[in-house]
Amino acid sequence: MKLFSEGHFLKGVAVIALSGMLLSVAGCGKTSSPTATAPVANQEAKIGVISFLSGGGAAYGEAIKQGLDMAKEELNAKNKIKINLLYEDSRGEKTDAINAANKLVNKDSVVGIIGPTLSGEMFAVGPIVNGAGVPIMGTSTTAEGITDIGEFVFRNALPESVAIPSAVKKAVDKYKLKTVALMYSNNNDFAVSGYKTFEKAVKDSGLQIVATETFADKDTDFSAQLTKIASLKPDAVMVSSLYQEAALVLKKARELGIKVPFVGGNGFNSPQLMKIAGTAAEGALVASPWFPAKDDANVKKFVEAYKAKYNKVPDQFAAQAYDALYIMSAALDKSGSATDRKKLRDSLAGIKDFQGVTGKFAFDAQRNPVMEATVLLVKDGQFTEFK
Amino acid sequence: MFWQQLVNGLTLGSTYSLIALGYTLIMGVLNIVNMAHGEIFMFGAFVGLLLVTHLKVNIFVAMLGAALTGAILGIILERVALRPLRRKAVSHLAPLISTIGVSIFLESVALKLFGPQSRDFPSSFTAAFEFGPMRISLVQIFILAVSFSLMLVLRFWLAKTKIGKALRATAENIETANLLGVNTNKIIVLTVSLASALGSVAGVLVGLSFNAVEPTMGITMGLKGLAVLILGGMGNITGAMLGGLILGIAEVFSVAYGNSSYRDAVAFGMIIVILFIRPQGLFGSRDQQGGK
Repeated sequence: MKLFSEGHFLKGVAVIALSGMLLSVAGCGKTSSPTATAPVANQEAKIGVISFLSGGGAAYGEAIKQGLDMAKEELNAKNKIKINLLYEDSRGEKTDAINAANKLVNKDSVVGIIGPTLSGEMFAVGPIVNGAGVPIMGTSTTAEGITDIGEFVFRNALPESVAIPSAVKKAVDKYKLKTVALMYSNNNDFAVSGYKTFEKAVKDSGLQIVATETFADKDTDFSAQLTKIASLKPDAVMVSSLYQEAALVLKKARELGIKVPFVGGNGFNSPQLMKIAGTAAEGALVASPWFPAKDDANVKKFVEAYKAKYNKVPDQFAAQAYDALYIMSAALDKSGSATDRKKLRDSLAGIKDFQGVTGKFAFDAQRNPVMEATVLLVKDGQFTEFK
Repeated sequence: MFWQQLVNGLTLGSTYSLIALGYTLIMGVLNIVNMAHGEIFMFGAFVGLLLVTHLKVNIFVAMLGAALTGAILGIILERVALRPLRRKAVSHLAPLISTIGVSIFLESVALKLFGPQSRDFPSSFTAAFEFGPMRISLVQIFILAVSFSLMLVLRFWLAKTKIGKALRATAENIETANLLGVNTNKIIVLTVSLASALGSVAGVLVGLSFNAVEPTMGITMGLKGLAVLILGGMGNITGAMLGGLILGIAEVFSVAYGNSSYRDAVAFGMIIVILFIRPQGLFGSRDQQGGK
């Protein structure tokens, strides 16, 4: 019995080792092929997508997928280089994201990658993909330092270092804030980075921080933290977390009688916030590059087409993903190759004056987006422009 | 603020107690840690939620429905993952692994059936009462009342009724109980389904109070329940009740008077200290393991 199972074990090890070797050999073969010049007409560009498609942040992944799918259909109807999107689910986990990236880079030999959804995932995946020389573009990765990973890492997500200070500044001017309480999820890279940006913005505005409270992703009970904040009576509360925790925080806060404005990081940027928190979301503020009611022909056309297809108003994640694929495709056209990763990177880096649904867009020298944010206020269950 | 935080701690703690009760019952009788308990708890929450939102039933009916579903899941769990292993001379850890299997299965089924989004109960319980410095919501009162009455009923049932006695006898020694004419197989099925029904009711209560019912909610709650099981003394019902309250209050107070980043560290650090002083847990005794 014992010997038998050991034999199996050894066999298993041998199989794994062998297949690993085969995979790496195959990977080598494929990574070198894209450098060869490819024919021009009607090529197919394989673009990998790593997204949070199931789990606690699945609404982000769903919106991203819908935005990408829509852009793909529109682009493939008119462009020469056809785009093929290969989706991988990261479930919001770094390990899954890494596995997905390795598969896309080595097995599927994609020309570029869109995603992953969370900044934490990007910090894990970025170095691997960058090392393999594959351009990767985050559509929702807003944390500080994302593009410092390497020169193949891009993002069209408005960094929180731009969005948060503009939201804080507007709130301070309008509500004459003096004291604030900060809350953030301390086991999420994106939320921690957002918190640091909040802290800096708040201090720069000369506000006093009366409390800093933390929670963790997937927490559901915030009564202890909020009871403490309620007793300190701040003029506003700033929250950096994903939408689910943010919505539950808002709900509990209103229940405990905290009626002050809440300023949120990028996590507030989802209609899910209103869906989960209901009337508790009223008065929440967030800066966003995306405003669906904007008076702009591009935006109107996109919102209508999206509504017709998915029966709902696109959120920021859908809009940024939609723009991302358009940017990718513009760069592919410019590079003239559907398979050359290096050329794609170089032409991506040169993108400027791109007019997308999230406004006028360009990459700066650090491959971060140059774009403007609108501060939004939740009013009657809708995002409205906060003036 | 002290009184308010005490109420917060008691509410949180009583949900921990309810979950730990399920672990305790199975631990006491079978000497097994049922790793699927958290997922049965999650299923209970979903069943309660669906009953309330789709069939518009009242919350007590929803809890009854959840309890029934839990009991049925418990019976299936016992048949599939526990009984086959009990018959053969298998490793002591085998049921632990088989119940982990069931828990992963249940979580995946829930993901497929209900989707990954978190949902909440319609807010008909948000009314709150002011008692001097305290603000207690209807949900909090409801949770405290239901969990304490369930615990008391369970204690009484175990101590005074015939089936309760049979259950305790089985917990004491399965072979002897069998010789004395107790149908231990039946008692074991009963225990597992009762524990699962309790877990499901706890799911509905937690869903009500924290407003987030989603397929992975069983994992963290399950871990907390396990910690309470150890803290209270393996298989001791009073221990589970008090242990849950202690853990809840410790967590809330470390947020209130300390740093919220360290709440789990404080709560679990405290459990370690208690176990240094009383290795058998608060109410456990070294030689006796039983459902008392």
